[in-house]
Amino acid sequence: MLKKVCREVTVEKMLPFGQSARVGEFFELRFENPGWSGWRPGQFVMIRPSDWDQSLIWGRPFSISRVSEAENTVSVFFQSVGRGTGRMAQLAPGDKVTVWGPLGNSFAMEPDTPTLLLAGGVGIAPFVGYAEQHPHPEKLELVFAHRLPRECYPYEDFAACTHSCLEEHSPDDLPRIIDTLQHKVREYRDGLILCCGPTPFMRTVQTAALKVGARAQVSLENRMACGVGACLGCVCKDGKGHHVQTCTRGPVFWAQDVTL
Amino acid sequence: MDLAVDVAGLKLKNPILTASGTYGFGVEFSAFGDLAALGGIVAKGLSLKPREGNPMPRIAETPCGMLNAIGIQNPGVEAFVDKILPAMPWKETAVVANLYACDAQEFGELAGILAAEQGIAALEVNVSCPNVSQGGALFGADPGQIARVTEAVKNKAGTKPVWVKLSPNVTDVAVCARAAEQGGADALSLINTLTGMAVDARTRRPRLANVVGGLSGPAIKPVALRCVHQAVQAVSIPVVGIGGISCAEDVLEFLLVGAHAVQVGTANFLRPDFAFRLVDELEEMVQSLRLSSWEEYRGSLEIGN
Repeated sequence: MLKKVCREVTVEKMLPFGQSARVGEFFELRFENPGWSGWRPGQFVMIRPSDWDQSLIWGRPFSISRVSEAENTVSVFFQSVGRGTGRMAQLAPGDKVTVWGPLGNSFAMEPDTPTLLLAGGVGIAPFVGYAEQHPHPEKLELVFAHRLPRECYPYEDFAACTHSCLEEHSPDDLPRIIDTLQHKVREYRDGLILCCGPTPFMRTVQTAALKVGARAQVSLENRMACGVGACLGCVCKDGKGHHVQTCTRGPVFWAQDVTL
Repeated sequence: MDLAVDVAGLKLKNPILTASGTYGFGVEFSAFGDLAALGGIVAKGLSLKPREGNPMPRIAETPCGMLNAIGIQNPGVEAFVDKILPAMPWKETAVVANLYACDAQEFGELAGILAAEQGIAALEVNVSCPNVSQGGALFGADPGQIARVTEAVKNKAGTKPVWVKLSPNVTDVAVCARAAEQGGADALSLINTLTGMAVDARTRRPRLANVVGGLSGPAIKPVALRCVHQAVQAVSIPVVGIGGISCAEDVLEFLLVGAHAVQVGTANFLRPDFAFRLVDELEEMVQSLRLSSWEEYRGSLEIGN
């Protein structure tokens, strides 16, 4: 098991993405590596800016997007949507953040298995590091579904593997996207399917995978307070309908082991 | 100065315990510090049978606090005794079990099982959970029930000290404090969460599936201090202060109004090593203020001229 640590570290970079979207909405946040001995794609990290007063209590969970040995940094990718991420969008290099991680389990990685990565919106984040760490990126195919322009997301990082986009402009596009997802899942029936995105997106993939007997994993996101399995605020239902912690039993679940 | 305290015969190496429901069974935090450094750990609330708890969403962040409606999800006392307690650091620090049941008889049964365990240092009776449809805060608002439940637990607790955890959602906390004392409680702990609610004006939905939940965090500290102050005045047994503590100065404030020890809850979510750092911070503060002993400082609030 990888050792978890809690440290206060320095923000190294804030890289805005997608200037065509609302300004200040999408960011890659890079912070000093807190001394992690290792990490696995699919794991997440809790981040709480050190200058937050007590008006905001919780840290915020983010998929680890990449860990750079050369820069000695950890990256997360986020969209500014609420009070917490809105204030995180104001971070600047040199600011301090308290981070604890790496947390949770990780995606299956099978070097020789054709693997389909299904990302919805900011759900693309964990696949950046997954594609970088995979010994045979030519075995990977990314299908990326998104609503906002492509440059809002770290899509350019997937040059090394097969990749395609499904852009949703209007509600009419939804049946086409669902249809494509179902086809892709069937195509990878004997491979490995990894999915991260909004719940309806993952539910579509889960349903399709269970129907054709494909091996699929989904990565969940929930409101979290502790991130370490204690508060029971983030639970989901496992395959038997029992509440389990998303933070420690997940965030990655096999499709048959979780109720979405 | 020695930070050790004695709460109704239970020796703690310092006055800082972690509050039930915010710290799991302690082991979840062992990567972030030495659990032996804590005064004690109050374990997640336990019931006779396993409980799945409430539907999601169960937590919501509010200004300087949070709401929760977990609903005492727990593996049941049997699984706790067999699998969880052996892995807890009970030889190194005080492990307090927190008990939840729907009537006095069940409370007694639960107390009997837990009192037989060497690893349990004390029993904390939860008559104040706002998030369950039976028992919980319904008992907590009824002095007669508080006394009956306390007595039932005390009868089965053997030599283990019994703490009764009180609710702030009452007209007069002093009446409830006295009821617990009359039922035989060895100590009181308060406050549990304040009932609260949050809604989303845009989606027109409640932020918790349970609609109402319990408010905790720094926002409730003034209410907690007031309740602890009133309880201390009302009874002669020790009081453990809980509610919104997020720094060493907060700890001292509770001791100043007369608490023997404190529990920290929501602040554990500020960072997972919070409780360990708090112990260090308290030690430094006690030194810098040149306090001589807890006996001298406890309850030394100077009111009036």
